[in-house]
Amino acid sequence: MTIHLSILLFFPLVLGAFGGLAPRGFAPSTLLVGSLVSLIYAVLLLLEFDTGAAGLQFVTSDAWIDDLGVRYSLGVDGLNLWLVALTALLFAVAALWITLRPPDRPKLYVFHLGVAETGVLGALLAQDLLLFVLFFDLMLVPFYFLIGQWGGGDRVGATFKLVVYTLVGSLLMLAAAVATGVTAGAGAEGGLSFDIAALAEAPVESSTQQWIFVAFALAFLIKMGAFPLHGWMPDGYRAMPLPVLAVFSGVLSKVAAYGFLRVVLPVFPDAAQEFETVMLILAVLSILYGSAQAFTQTNVRLILGYSSMAQLGFIMLGIFALGQAAGAQGALLQMVNHGLVVAPLCFIVALLHERTGSDDLREMGGAALRAPVLSALFLVVALATLAIPGSANFAGEFLILLGVFNAKLAIAIIASTGVALASVYMLRAFIRAMHNRLRGGTGSYDLSVRDGLVLVPLVVLIVAFGVYPQQALEHSQATVERVVAAPAAVAREASP
Amino acid sequence: MTVTGPKIDWLAISPLVALVVGACVVLLAGLMRASFVRQTLVPLLTLVTLGVALGLVIGTWGDSTSVISGAMAMDDLTRFLTLLFLVGAAASVLLAWRGIAPREAGHGEFYALLLCVVLGMAVLAGATNLVTIFIGYELLSIPLYVLCATEMRRARSLESGLKYLIIGSVGSATLLYGLAFVYGATGSTDFARIAAGTEVMAEDVLLLTGLALVVAGLAFKASVAPFHQWTPDVYEGAPTAVTAFMAVATKAAAFGVIVRFFDVAVIDASATWAPALAALAVVTIVVGNVGAIGQSSLKRLLAYSSVAQAGYMLAGVVVSTQLGVRALVFYLAVYLVMNLAAFAVIVARERETDVGDDISSLYGLGAARPLLAWPMTIAMLGLSGLPATAGFFGKIYLIDAAVDNGYAWLGVAIVLGSAISLAYYLRVIAAVWMRAPGERPVAAAAAVAAGPPRPAIAGGSAEAGADPAAVVAGARRGGGGGGAGGAGDGGGAGDDGGEPERRFAQPEVVGLALLCAAATVALGIYPSPLLDLARDAGASLTGLF
Repeated sequence: MTIHLSILLFFPLVLGAFGGLAPRGFAPSTLLVGSLVSLIYAVLLLLEFDTGAAGLQFVTSDAWIDDLGVRYSLGVDGLNLWLVALTALLFAVAALWITLRPPDRPKLYVFHLGVAETGVLGALLAQDLLLFVLFFDLMLVPFYFLIGQWGGGDRVGATFKLVVYTLVGSLLMLAAAVATGVTAGAGAEGGLSFDIAALAEAPVESSTQQWIFVAFALAFLIKMGAFPLHGWMPDGYRAMPLPVLAVFSGVLSKVAAYGFLRVVLPVFPDAAQEFETVMLILAVLSILYGSAQAFTQTNVRLILGYSSMAQLGFIMLGIFALGQAAGAQGALLQMVNHGLVVAPLCFIVALLHERTGSDDLREMGGAALRAPVLSALFLVVALATLAIPGSANFAGEFLILLGVFNAKLAIAIIASTGVALASVYMLRAFIRAMHNRLRGGTGSYDLSVRDGLVLVPLVVLIVAFGVYPQQALEHSQATVERVVAAPAAVAREASP
Repeated sequence: MTVTGPKIDWLAISPLVALVVGACVVLLAGLMRASFVRQTLVPLLTLVTLGVALGLVIGTWGDSTSVISGAMAMDDLTRFLTLLFLVGAAASVLLAWRGIAPREAGHGEFYALLLCVVLGMAVLAGATNLVTIFIGYELLSIPLYVLCATEMRRARSLESGLKYLIIGSVGSATLLYGLAFVYGATGSTDFARIAAGTEVMAEDVLLLTGLALVVAGLAFKASVAPFHQWTPDVYEGAPTAVTAFMAVATKAAAFGVIVRFFDVAVIDASATWAPALAALAVVTIVVGNVGAIGQSSLKRLLAYSSVAQAGYMLAGVVVSTQLGVRALVFYLAVYLVMNLAAFAVIVARERETDVGDDISSLYGLGAARPLLAWPMTIAMLGLSGLPATAGFFGKIYLIDAAVDNGYAWLGVAIVLGSAISLAYYLRVIAAVWMRAPGERPVAAAAAVAAGPPRPAIAGGSAEAGADPAAVVAGARRGGGGGGAGGAGDGGGAGDDGGEPERRFAQPEVVGLALLCAAATVALGIYPSPLLDLARDAGASLTGLF
């Protein structure tokens, strides 16, 4: 059957709009139906994908705004295939979560989630640079409302900080994108050309590439929460409602990492080569700083946030091990893995909050006493996060480190310590929350069936992936090799 | 012996004629005693006039003629801008329909003055002669001074009219002085001949002095820094319907004449004035955006925001290309729609609450009045240039024009300005969705206390959140209103028991807000029709590359 990416893209928005107009009680279920349909579509996409081919598949390409040279063009290849599936999965999980535990004002909540899902999918599927920037900016807007209206603590201040910080980077990226379009489209009719594939064929000249690279890198680094541009992260993570946090942490940061692979490396190979060391150092700093913070923080949300920072540092490491297909492959795998572990972790934070009334580790302990199932599931997720051998995270980190070893040895050695640090913070969190003495205010009861519906499928997926990570890798092989070829060619030219 | 008079192209100037006739009819109709005529028929006649003019503009689209012996050009650029003025005026009529201003100003006079302003703007937009510029400038300004002061029992309104008169006259005098110098340097008042003269003597001191003074005079009208000082006070004091009109249409008129003068008449001196205007643009962007950040009055916030937007639009003039003109007029159009949505919501809330245009009038709107909340939200998102709104493509087009002509840094300035502007646009959105009615405004609490005295129509009640319990109870329109209201300041409409919120049927205002919001989103998804119109408008400046 022919798969139309536009349906996949706009279905969540349409159903979110319906949910916004539906009666209160039905709003979350409407979103659930919508995201399940998208999920099924994404799975079909996975099954129908032709693994051997290197180019874009299921392409939709229509003229949209000729005066601005913007085309409505979508496509799937090895880079975004699994991310699209991950997005559909995480939003379906969030929809299930809010169906089982409805928030107040569910209609608006559902509408914003629908817009968010369309925004993220659009950013992943877009093959036109301006379309990519449009969806990248758009996907943040519903989160402003979600955090500001349904968050906790200083939600208005936190969402303001988060959105402004991120949008500063994104707006710079907009200017850079227009500059790219103008420079590349100099010969084209209308003066502008934004098609990413075409841009990759004919990269912009070296000197202009520099500031454009910096603008894009800023936008993506801020979005990823890399050190030192992570100032929005602590407040944001503290304030976000947990279903929103699951999709935010699981998917949005991956779009930024994907943006590096899709846009920055192919279109600006010279600048990528020049800034390779800087980016690798920033990645290592993220890993070290994130891990250090994660094992000193007592707020479980912040532990989650800083651990994400460290994981994204690894992903960035893999991306910028230029010329090494292994690095990029590992990065792609880790993107999916991190998304898969972050969602259950957020849910477990919610469950712990229910049992202890707080997010603080110092007030937790002994929750495992009468909750063996919850404890076991949490342990699986925790071990997966710290990349125990046997999990897909291990495969991902191994590939990343392999790539970086071949590219820059010293950085790889320092980064390897990050693997050990991950064990420290993850096990600390697990032990202090679940083991030790049962504290006074802590209730210890096991997972209900309702909660199990959300948690168990995710854990099953984590285990399944751990058994066979190759399924994610083989899809992306051909595309990754093409993506890393451009900077590698530049590197070969540069070094005599 | 026969004397042949000049040939008058009636069809081309028919929109202007329609406006003149309409103004006279409306003025006379307003003299009737019957209140039905004054309160309903007169605005209706105004709308009919505007509609007829609109039809004539659309009907004559595509022709490019020079009328009145070369004093005006009726080409697509003039028509595009006239469309903007007509839409802005129609919106202003709708916003003023149930307002205080027309009642106090004598209905016929208010609407007739409005039509005269539109006429002046149309003349200004099509001016191809120095004298026509001045005629249009004055014809647009003088009725506007009066319109600002029409809420005669409110001190701020009178103050705003007077301020505008004084400062506007200074601007007008400066402009005239500059135009005289340009005439002296080039020997003619006609743009084509000035262009020929400038080609020869681009560095002449007299010409450059004249240009500097012209920039100052036009910058007054367009609210470009540092000639923008009047904007916040005048916008805040004037009746909101007039403010809405000023914010969108005056700016369009000013930019229309700026683009014609600089990109046609003195284009050969562009090596001199382009960097100067570019510097002014950056200053304007910074001043406008920074000035809006601390504001608690929505009209002042939108005034500073319009200053910043003027800075963005100046980039379209600086680049002196057809692309720049297209980007400028496109942005003017989307700016009009977004601003009208915001002002419509402000008008609606001014009539329903006692706090005037303070930002606290928006608190709780998301839950209570989604029909007003969504237009305001979309307007703010659009003005800050976020995707899925027309403002996104407007900004892209301007950045494109800037980058395409070696002004990449101006593009970056636009982007940085947008980033700063998020600080206040998002604050308005937060007020609509994330604050409960009756909450004391957080950052601006001190500003409210020390700020300007509340307008008299607000019934003299002191602070917005003076007694949160009373306000909340009143806003809920539920029980306990009497007791809670009595405990507090007890000001305002006494018969409502101190309730600060009234139900006020104003479907035309809400309808306008929804229409403009829908247009913003629609243009954000499919801007091509407007882009085509902008292309036509840009093409009429044939001398540009």
